[in-house]
Amino acid sequence: MSDPQSWVPTDPGSAPTREHVLSGLHGLDEGGPELVQLLTPEGLRVDDERFGGRVADVGVEELKGYYRDMVLVRRFDREGNALQRQGELGIWVPLLGQEAAQIGAGRALTSRDMVFPSYREHGVAWCRGIDPTALLGIFRGTDHGSWDPLEARFHLYTIVIGNQCLNATGYAMGQKFEGRVGGDSETDEATMCFFGDGATSQGDVHEGFVWAAAFDAPVVFYCQNNQWAISVPLEKQTRVPLFQRARGYGFPGVRVDGNDVLACLAVSRWALEECRTGNGPVLVEAFTYRMDAHTTSDDPSRYRLADELELWKLKDPIERVRVHLVRELGVGSEFFDSVQEESDALAARFRAFCLAMPDPGPERMFSEVYADRSARLEAQQADYLAYHASFGGER
Amino acid sequence: MTTMTLAKALNSGLRAAMEQDPRVLVMGEDVGKLGGVFRVTDGLAKDFGEQRVLDTPLSESGIIGTAVGLAIRGFRPVCEIQFDGFVFPGYDQIVSQLAKLRFRSQGKVPVPVVVRIPFGGGIGAVEHHSESPESLFAHVAGLKVVACSNPDDAHWMIRQAIASDDPVIFFEPKRRYWEKGEVSESAPAGLYSSRVVRAGTDVTVACYGPLVKTCLEAASAAESEGRSLEVIDLRSLSPLDLDPVVASVRRTGRLVVASEAPSESSVTSEVAARVQEECFHTLEAPVLRVTGFDTPYPPSRLEEDYLPDLDRVLDVVDRSLEF
Ligand SMILES: Cc1ncc(C[n+]2csc(CCOP(=O)(O)OP(=O)(O)O)c2C)c(N)n1
Ligand SMILES: [Mg+2]
Repeated sequence: MSDPQSWVPTDPGSAPTREHVLSGLHGLDEGGPELVQLLTPEGLRVDDERFGGRVADVGVEELKGYYRDMVLVRRFDREGNALQRQGELGIWVPLLGQEAAQIGAGRALTSRDMVFPSYREHGVAWCRGIDPTALLGIFRGTDHGSWDPLEARFHLYTIVIGNQCLNATGYAMGQKFEGRVGGDSETDEATMCFFGDGATSQGDVHEGFVWAAAFDAPVVFYCQNNQWAISVPLEKQTRVPLFQRARGYGFPGVRVDGNDVLACLAVSRWALEECRTGNGPVLVEAFTYRMDAHTTSDDPSRYRLADELELWKLKDPIERVRVHLVRELGVGSEFFDSVQEESDALAARFRAFCLAMPDPGPERMFSEVYADRSARLEAQQADYLAYHASFGGER
Repeated sequence: MTTMTLAKALNSGLRAAMEQDPRVLVMGEDVGKLGGVFRVTDGLAKDFGEQRVLDTPLSESGIIGTAVGLAIRGFRPVCEIQFDGFVFPGYDQIVSQLAKLRFRSQGKVPVPVVVRIPFGGGIGAVEHHSESPESLFAHVAGLKVVACSNPDDAHWMIRQAIASDDPVIFFEPKRRYWEKGEVSESAPAGLYSSRVVRAGTDVTVACYGPLVKTCLEAASAAESEGRSLEVIDLRSLSPLDLDPVVASVRRTGRLVVASEAPSESSVTSEVAARVQEECFHTLEAPVLRVTGFDTPYPPSRLEEDYLPDLDRVLDVVDRSLEF
């Protein structure tokens, strides 16, 4: 056995090799031959034998709808960034570049399906009918999520990476136990669980896969592979394309162009249908790119090259739909102008709401910690509220 | 003496430890190229290479579990957990393996791993980024738990922790990362010792981590009102070094223990219990505590209510003096 005491690390000071230089470039992978695509970055419709039929009903009106969704979501996302810069939000987690991955998935859901998001799923929230202003509290620090997760069928954002994959699996097991799978298309349900490429290294995600497989749970694991986990590139998390991992757990995995809203819709519809009919779980890898910083606290110039972003801008999820609508379907400028106007109005409403948000009162700290609160906690609250009042409520 | 921020003091401490011992490794999420989200490991990957500064896959159980394996192989890993609230996926490895290996192997397998955890609130963050879980580690036999409060201690304590043959959970007061202070030429004290950071005669205030500065400010404010507080920085939470606290309480007759963490079954309960065992006859008032509430950390707009501040420390000091 070699003696660890005598181990000498290699000298990092030596001249950079070609490998070192190339290792500075990430996110250049085009997705490979198995990438499902229905709308090219140039705005051309292409067919896919397996999934094309899933969106046969999508005509110009539907496409205009998805375009509108993406523009509106991007617009309030940009406003979130601006509000953080102006000190109105503590942080904002941008979804820039992931609009198609989220709208495609979100528009495939029925009102019965359940969603477990991570923390970047503002576009999915939008599709669940959650007003964007309801997201603000998390980032302003007034609440941990203001919507009713059960009513919206959209769970609270989960920040601890990977946790929700097990929670989603358990929920899906419940759907199955209640007979809401593989029976009646009017009542069948599925669960969709969102997480990132970095999250796939987390034990909870692996365990979620194992459990979902063991119980045939109707859950779609929807991984948005945006190529980065803060500063850590995809290569650090996996040797194989992420969708291929599903095979090892015994269920299907599909890689879809995450910047193609039609393909994301088609694959999500298929995946959810598989689950609802009792063939779950399914893994979908939406191959996309985080076009902005990880959060407003992050500075990506420290770890990735701007060239990467320039390349991905050519694959922008919104632009390709616009080009398609104009060139192939002859949609005129009035439509785009009206969406623009609507998005500006949404941003203004989003901003106004944010500026007017009241802080919660101190009693919120003590509420709903328990169904049955201890006398000690009651006393802590009473003591603190009396103390707080002694400052005239101005502490 | 050199003046630097607490984050920089940790950085230079890590650098010194890595220079001294080639078996010291730094590992964690984003610690390499990015230099950590708080830049505590800034420049280390560049200077020591990817073999010694490991950007890890995103998994805390992986970080701790492989660090244990590396330590078994003779390395001295220093793990970074990105935020307090993210240590829990690694908690199993900490409690089941890291803490117990020496005991289980009857001393044959030491595991000199340091787990650095930025802790505490006050930075306006979202959920899981402001917690004070130190008591969950202090309760575990086999672990040493320390908390630095200023740049001098940050620099020297991290070096001492890395040199320690026991596993050390190393808490860093994240809201103090950017505060500056002087760093001495040699270690100001042993790793597992508490220190009187301000002498006084009326009430003893024991604290650690981010609240040391708060309590020192409270002592200055109290002085202008004619009350003299003796402030003790506990520094080591397990083992506790209570001799200086006991000696102080024997003089003042009063003790206030301060912490951001919830009070129930905590480091502050331990200090209170042990000091009353030692000082029963000299105490003029019950040992009082000023802590976070026994609730989850609130949304950040309420954190000023949750965190003990100067006023709340003084309020409890007053209550102690009223007995
Ligand atoms: C358990 C845990 N560890 C660390 C973090 C800190 N953190 C927040 S986001 C993130 C990267 C996540 O990357 P990925 O899963 O790819 O999702 P993305 O942010 O790219 O959408 C990290 C390390 C966390 N939130 N939870
Ligand atoms: Mg990612």
